Amino acid sequence: MIDLNTADILETIHMIDEEHLDIRTITMGISLLDCADSDIDRACDRVYEKIVRKAEHLVRTGEDIEREYGIPIINKRISVTPISMILAASGGDPVKYALALERAAKEVGANYLGGYSALVQKGFAAGDESLIRSIPEALSVTDHVCSSVNIGSTKTGINMDAVALMGQIIRECAEKTADRECVAASKLVVFCNAVEDNPFMAGAFHGAGEPDCVINVGVSGPGVVRHALKKIPDADITDVAKLVKNTAFKITRVGQLVAHEASRRLDVPFGIVDLSLAPTPAVGDSVAHVLEEMGLEQCGCAGTTACLALLNDAVKKGGVMASSHVGGLSGAFIPVSEDAGMIDAARNGCLTIEKLEAMTAVCSVGLDMIAVPGDTSAEVLSGIIADEAAIGMINSKTTAVRIIPAIGKQPGEELEYGGLFGSAPIMPVNTASPAKFISRGGRIPAPLQSLRN
Amino acid sequence: MRAVITVVGKDTVGIFAKVSTFCAERNVNIVGVSQTILEDMFCMMMQITMDESDLAFADFADAIKAYGNENGLAIHAMHEDIFNTMHRI
Repeated sequence: MIDLNTADILETIHMIDEEHLDIRTITMGISLLDCADSDIDRACDRVYEKIVRKAEHLVRTGEDIEREYGIPIINKRISVTPISMILAASGGDPVKYALALERAAKEVGANYLGGYSALVQKGFAAGDESLIRSIPEALSVTDHVCSSVNIGSTKTGINMDAVALMGQIIRECAEKTADRECVAASKLVVFCNAVEDNPFMAGAFHGAGEPDCVINVGVSGPGVVRHALKKIPDADITDVAKLVKNTAFKITRVGQLVAHEASRRLDVPFGIVDLSLAPTPAVGDSVAHVLEEMGLEQCGCAGTTACLALLNDAVKKGGVMASSHVGGLSGAFIPVSEDAGMIDAARNGCLTIEKLEAMTAVCSVGLDMIAVPGDTSAEVLSGIIADEAAIGMINSKTTAVRIIPAIGKQPGEELEYGGLFGSAPIMPVNTASPAKFISRGGRIPAPLQSLRN
Repeated sequence: MRAVITVVGKDTVGIFAKVSTFCAERNVNIVGVSQTILEDMFCMMMQITMDESDLAFADFADAIKAYGNENGLAIHAMHEDIFNTMHRI
């Protein structure tokens, strides 16, 4: 027939039906800069009105594309200007903004809304500190709102006052929602080198340099990569890298198609496709299993970092060719609770936090969806944040910490979220105290960008 | 718009007739067909156009999938663009 190859057609259908190929998210970025007002109630009304106006057709359009193209689009999300910038103009109780965002997300049917955020890599401006201190309350009284705080960057160094504060904030988040699996902490990300066009939650926000409204798309597809690798069990690593690259190209092309179509139908500019291989807890959709398919007994064993480095790089190489604009986080995600293989490896102790930290040096994004014992101190959490931020700062990459102190629980127990968030085995933490270091405050100076040997 | 229908199932008499009749009854035009038998499995690709049909494509895709389920066939109807973008540079 037809100028299409039968094998290609069947491959595509197989990817979607059997291998969990999907579009993880269409995320609409909306600038709220024009909603700022000295009266907080008026500002909240404007925020609500603008989000509802811009995103009115987002969910419906996503569903239409899903049905017409036969490709599942799992989430329709919204990211907004960091609320600390709007709060700077109005002052007042920041939680009012969180409630306005929640109402807007519910009204338009978005799965998540990110941007209850502050960028404090060099210090706290007006609005920043009060927004950060309100995060536990904001995330415990809302379901859809996600929060992020950028505490460091390669250009500025690391704001250690913010690092110290975020350890406390994460604990407060967990404590406030201890009766709900400490869920507030799972909606908060602490970044170094945060990106302004990330479509993935919980760290999405709409950067100040972005257009008024934009469509960003995040793809998924670890299952597809794993299935492809299964077909070449004895190939050498050069061929493994090539196959990952080819597969990533195909996955990303679908993302590009959906992004283009969503942008056209919504009459909103296309921003980027995020190349991240985002896993889900579903069996067969795991990044850990991709690594194991390369020849590891279990994710976390010796060789894991090398396999992940290969995977991450090959995904980028294939993906860049497939999309006209690539951005966001773009890499392989390793969220423990959201990945069936990571969950298994964490349960039996093969995967440790220390190994995960090493893995984050070569992939996107960081220590993600990790549950730690409920008695982990704020200072230890801050120390973990500082370590992760240092990796990002020195290597000019984004790193993040989304860590959940499981209040009242110890290693051997788990937090159960269900859905995309999965279940998080509680991982042991080195409890020796960095309290003195954390309490010093100040800033870690920006690193040298030359003499890199 | 152009779309691709794939039909996979155990080979029996009349699969082609069933699917093409289903399309004809809905004014869906078949513009290309290829088929093979792979290990007793009937495997057919049809390229169609929806220009003369009153049905929305998504509704047609749902209907033909359900029709396939009733008849022991895995039938997918998908927009042609998804195959073109994935397999062509």
